[in-house]
Amino acid sequence: MMNAIAVAADVLVAAVGIATPLALAATGETLVERSGVVNLGIEGAMLFGALGGAIGATVGGSTAGLGIGLLAGVLVAALFAAVAIGAGADQIITGTAVTLASVGLTGTIYRQFYGPAGVGLSIPTLVPLPLPLLSELPLVGGAFFSQPITTYLAFGLIPLTWWLLFRTRQGLALRAAGEDTVGARAAGVPVRLMRVAAVLVGGAFAGLAGATLVLAQVGTFTERMTAGRGFIAIAIVVLGRWNPLGAGLAALLFGLATALQFAFQAAGWKVPYQLFLMFPYLLTLLALAGVVGRVKAPGSLGRTEG
Amino acid sequence: MRGDLRALVLAATALLTGLLLLALGLELAGYDAVAALAALGNGAFGSWRAFTGATLLRAVPLILIGLGFAFALRGGALNIGAEGQFYAGAIAAAWVGVHATGWPVWTALPAVAGAGLVAGALWMVLPVVLRLRFGVLEVISTLLLNFVAEALVSLMVQGPMQEPTGIYPQSAPIAESARLPLLLGTRLHAGFLMALFAAGGLAWVFARTWWGFRLRALGEGPRAAEVSGRVPARRMLALALFGSAALAGLAGAFEVSGVSYALYQNLSPGYGFTAIGVALLARLRPSAIVLTGIVFGALEAGAGAMQRDAGIPAVAVYVVEAVIILVLLLGNAAARRGVPREVPAGTADGIL
Repeated sequence: MMNAIAVAADVLVAAVGIATPLALAATGETLVERSGVVNLGIEGAMLFGALGGAIGATVGGSTAGLGIGLLAGVLVAALFAAVAIGAGADQIITGTAVTLASVGLTGTIYRQFYGPAGVGLSIPTLVPLPLPLLSELPLVGGAFFSQPITTYLAFGLIPLTWWLLFRTRQGLALRAAGEDTVGARAAGVPVRLMRVAAVLVGGAFAGLAGATLVLAQVGTFTERMTAGRGFIAIAIVVLGRWNPLGAGLAALLFGLATALQFAFQAAGWKVPYQLFLMFPYLLTLLALAGVVGRVKAPGSLGRTEG
Repeated sequence: MRGDLRALVLAATALLTGLLLLALGLELAGYDAVAALAALGNGAFGSWRAFTGATLLRAVPLILIGLGFAFALRGGALNIGAEGQFYAGAIAAAWVGVHATGWPVWTALPAVAGAGLVAGALWMVLPVVLRLRFGVLEVISTLLLNFVAEALVSLMVQGPMQEPTGIYPQSAPIAESARLPLLLGTRLHAGFLMALFAAGGLAWVFARTWWGFRLRALGEGPRAAEVSGRVPARRMLALALFGSAALAGLAGAFEVSGVSYALYQNLSPGYGFTAIGVALLARLRPSAIVLTGIVFGALEAGAGAMQRDAGIPAVAVYVVEAVIILVLLLGNAAARRGVPREVPAGTADGIL
């Protein structure tokens, strides 16, 4: 019995760690999609955030890593905003191209910095900061209250984004831009400006998420290391019903699925762990179909103009 | 005719901009850009062997998936789940291929290709249902199913389809009779001819049939098409998506029965996404997709040579591919500006 609880606690610790970058990226993308934009380029922003995090941390320590990762994400998002919102090109294709460019650029820059072998890159990583008393709680203490600073950052940013979206005038205007472009414009909402701002903030979140992946989880940078996590974040946005709090929970579910996979492999169980990997995606599809509660996307999502 | 010329100039500009930016970037990063581009060209076109065994070989899935992407987009749908449909086709083809021992070639090959087509289309059932029944955009559903397909391949090669010794994460080799014949002593398989055939067939459907005309009407002005009463919009959209997915599934089947001869993980280096550039550069025209598929195939083939001979990461060519797509998007957006709209634009119209 004790052993089972210990194992569950370990799985939960891993799940929260895996969920943190996903939750950060998905929270940013929630903001973006609420403004009426789908940015598939967050996969690229996250990848650049990871590289920025690695380079920043090598040069100036882990705080510099987080900062440079965040900035790198904003830059990638700016490219997306210029093409998709500035020039009014299709958002899906633009996002795909931005991600493609990011894969190529990060792979090349990384090799430029760290040599053709690309190994021997050791990065000062973030250590868990146990909170007094709370971290002693059984089962959940280690998972939620003994994590690196980035997890606490997510704990703060998720409700902050929720408050911004649903409790401020700016949030209302942003949601109006995403729900009904024509109506919002008639009411005097600067739709394009709102969308550009949302995309840039979303890029900052994605960059931070990438840096978190490197500094708090993996401890190194490798080519294509985000491996689709930006796209997963888009699934999380849907499963979280375009709400930052929902995105936080959905990210935890994805984290749990991955953590269970590792636990099963480590235990040497002959269970097809891939079923766990598929599960959150299938759940997301079911959510889209309305089987798991009602889900409604912002009305003008993905439309270039009213 | 002037529209055609403009499109051609834009396509050439996109391609040249991509290559120039690559050269510039490499030069700035301290590499020898001339040597790099020479290695790239050499790897793609340097010899008959390189051209057929690398460039054209990689062009086959790109042409097929590019045709599929164009097929869906003509009808106004974005299929960005080709990667998943490719894997669905590959799994089915490998399964049939492994069990085809002793079958004659003329049953084994059609069975393998058919399995790929059907599996690819089946992978699209859920997105079509979601779109028609619940109004869920196919972009999100097809994207999500990519991950499910990758997990399914992983499950198969470590579970039910793993090779008999149970050591490697791959399937058993497929039967000899299930392998596509190679063309004239090259490493290029007969799937290339099938890709050309598919392009010809699709060109005919688009240009010469009532169905193709209505598909285009649906893609360019969905409201107008529906209101006209002459376009069964839902049925055509479903068929376009199924056709698109079937072509991606066929690409997966050919990759197994013409190149790898077994099911592996990571069989596709991202063909499903690269093919978007292939289709856009060709402005969704099937005959042009053959050409742009070969161009992108050359880039992918040359990338390997560039890494080997000039020490530049192969992924650098993704920058070229991305720049091509972005320049096309910007060029088309600029051309659209100032044109008044009387009907709501369809997806296809918003891109080209």
